[in-house]
Amino acid sequence: MTDIINPVALVDRSLYFIIGFSFVFLFAITLVMIYFVIRYRRSRHPVPADIRGNWMLETAWIFIPAIIALAMFISGWQAYTGLRNVPEGALEVAVIAQSFSWIFIYPSGKETENELQVPVNTPVKLNITSSDVIHSLFIPAFRVKVDAVKGLDTYAWFLPEVKGEYFFQCTEFCGVGHADMTGVVRVVSREAFDEWVEEDDGW
Amino acid sequence: MESVKSFYETPSPAGFTGIWSWLITFDHKRIALMYLYAILFWFILAVLLGGVIRLELMFEGKTFLRPELYNSAFTLHGVIMIFLFIIPALPAVFGNFFLPIQIGTDDVYFPKLNLLSWYLYMAGGVVAVVSLFSDGFPDTGWTFYVPFSISTNTNVSTAVFAAFILGFSSMLTGLNFITTIHKMRAKTMGWLQLPLFTWSLYATAWVQLLATPVVTITLVLVMIERYFNVGLFDPSRGGDPILYQHLFWMYSHPAVYIMILPGMGVISEIIPVFARKSIFGYKAIVASSLAIAIAGSLVWAHHMYTSGMSDTAVFVFSLLTFVVAIPSAIKVFSWVATLYKGAIEMTPPLFLSLCFIYLFSVGGLTGLVLGAPGPNIHVHDTHFVVAHFHCTMFGGTGFAFFAALHYWWPKMFGRMYDFKKAYIAAVLVTGGFMFHYVPMFILGLQGMPRRYFDYLPQYAPGNFFAGFGALFMIAGIGLMMVNLFASLARQRTVPPDPWGGVTLEWTVPSPPPLHNFEKDPDIPDYPYDFSKIVAAGSGSRPKGA
Repeated sequence: MTDIINPVALVDRSLYFIIGFSFVFLFAITLVMIYFVIRYRRSRHPVPADIRGNWMLETAWIFIPAIIALAMFISGWQAYTGLRNVPEGALEVAVIAQSFSWIFIYPSGKETENELQVPVNTPVKLNITSSDVIHSLFIPAFRVKVDAVKGLDTYAWFLPEVKGEYFFQCTEFCGVGHADMTGVVRVVSREAFDEWVEEDDGW
Repeated sequence: MESVKSFYETPSPAGFTGIWSWLITFDHKRIALMYLYAILFWFILAVLLGGVIRLELMFEGKTFLRPELYNSAFTLHGVIMIFLFIIPALPAVFGNFFLPIQIGTDDVYFPKLNLLSWYLYMAGGVVAVVSLFSDGFPDTGWTFYVPFSISTNTNVSTAVFAAFILGFSSMLTGLNFITTIHKMRAKTMGWLQLPLFTWSLYATAWVQLLATPVVTITLVLVMIERYFNVGLFDPSRGGDPILYQHLFWMYSHPAVYIMILPGMGVISEIIPVFARKSIFGYKAIVASSLAIAIAGSLVWAHHMYTSGMSDTAVFVFSLLTFVVAIPSAIKVFSWVATLYKGAIEMTPPLFLSLCFIYLFSVGGLTGLVLGAPGPNIHVHDTHFVVAHFHCTMFGGTGFAFFAALHYWWPKMFGRMYDFKKAYIAAVLVTGGFMFHYVPMFILGLQGMPRRYFDYLPQYAPGNFFAGFGALFMIAGIGLMMVNLFASLARQRTVPPDPWGGVTLEWTVPSPPPLHNFEKDPDIPDYPYDFSKIVAAGSGSRPKGA
């Protein structure tokens, strides 16, 4: 399973790149602004220069930001394709959103509500739809979010690499119970999952 | 100049006095003031609703609102702020008052249509109020997403109808401004002699005129669905819920440029005046306004990366979104470069403009995170988005509105406000702003969704801190309003040009006479030539009352 690239890494790399650059830019522009306001205050610098433009500078600050913006777009797009291209051999789980809970249906026919149990180190593909208004499944730990729309099939996938519990939430406003549409992803060992998914719990 | 009567003393049409001299006036300046009072009323109301939301969220679980009321509170906050405050604020108040003066004419091209626009605005506000007290508060969020907005039992139809009426007010104002700029400019004023605020209103007006019909039709479709249940957005009958989102954002994304462009225009006016130096790159700023208006109309689906639309659409809309970032960056560079080697006098309008540049930069840069498809998936519909658009809309347009109020207040009312209180208010609002929205950015990155009545325990500290920021902001806005309106008790002592400005509104008395100009104005070859002001010596420094 090591040959699968976890899109979490791609998303985070893009996030760090864009946010890091933004901090640098913000500090630079703010410091320059404050410096000018103090350095050229009227009591110290009473006669202003008459500068109406500088085409070289203006051209530079069109093209340099354009190149940076393009680099950001590319990193963001790479992360996005990582989130969209499902590797082969993924465990497929059907997800049905309803006001106000989530139903998960496994290939074995087993169903759970507000609780998704998956084996560690196995890619999981979620096939999502809604039985009423639009909801959206958001698992922050796996950087995954996709809308659940009645009459439309959407999907998302993730690769759980560490056993544990991760929460998910609904992120498309759906009414009074919107904030209660939360649940938990349980990442367990392969053996525990196989045993669990076959056991009949009366659904 | 002393003998000239201001527009307050000479009603138009003549002969009406008291309230009628306002309610049936065709004078663009009186209409602007009527907009100002109505808009401030809605603004304060929506600010307080925002405070209610943050107070509820300060503590886990139910604090003092039921979830139904919480959902209504953020819906009303959004609807009022968007449709009744930010969209009309700068064009309807300062555009109406100063656009004709800046181009050297006596009124807009269609004065009666201008008054009608005001009545439509007021009617939209009244219908919005009615929607509250009929079948329960609307609870859909200001985006009215289907199928929720069609299936909910609250009074969405009336709220949507209010937005429909307000759309007409906005469209007619846009039409009026475009016509005025084309037909009413002083004879010797060419396009590249227009002040930048006027240019920004021109770019905005085209977006208002071309994009607003889309949302107007979309809102009618929602009403048709609610009353007749045709199935336009219902997939089981061949409809498509994603179609609604496309139609909605096809207007509502350009609408954010309707909101921000006039704000950028205000900042482009204020910075040269207090730096006493020509704006850096006049043509680049004009071109970037037009570029934002055009490219900004083609990026709407970046609100929909998670909606289930095709990956190709995500690619195209993301790329276009990064294109729009460039003209916005050009403007920020031009403003900062204008300060270089200026003779800078600190005043409340300049201080607010500098706060604008900082806060708008935060908003613009976090927009890059949202525009990139992969990172967007993580932060979409979280508090990160809420903080981002408040930085652009409140830190941007809101602060430009505050700056415009402080810049043009002496011209509109002939009275100066207290500087010290103005600075304290500005510091409170800006400091509160950072305290409020920085925790929200972090909450969003941690995954806290927006429109949540309650949240998981790990989000408690951020929400608690954000509540304090909100209190500082509300206190600052309160002080700012009290300080401005307290000036109205003073004598009219402001000279025509208290700041040393060179656009035409500073050549007429404060407040201006009914027809704005006593004699035909001299049109400068270049709208930001400060050489005469500099040659006249530093003169008296602008002072607060």
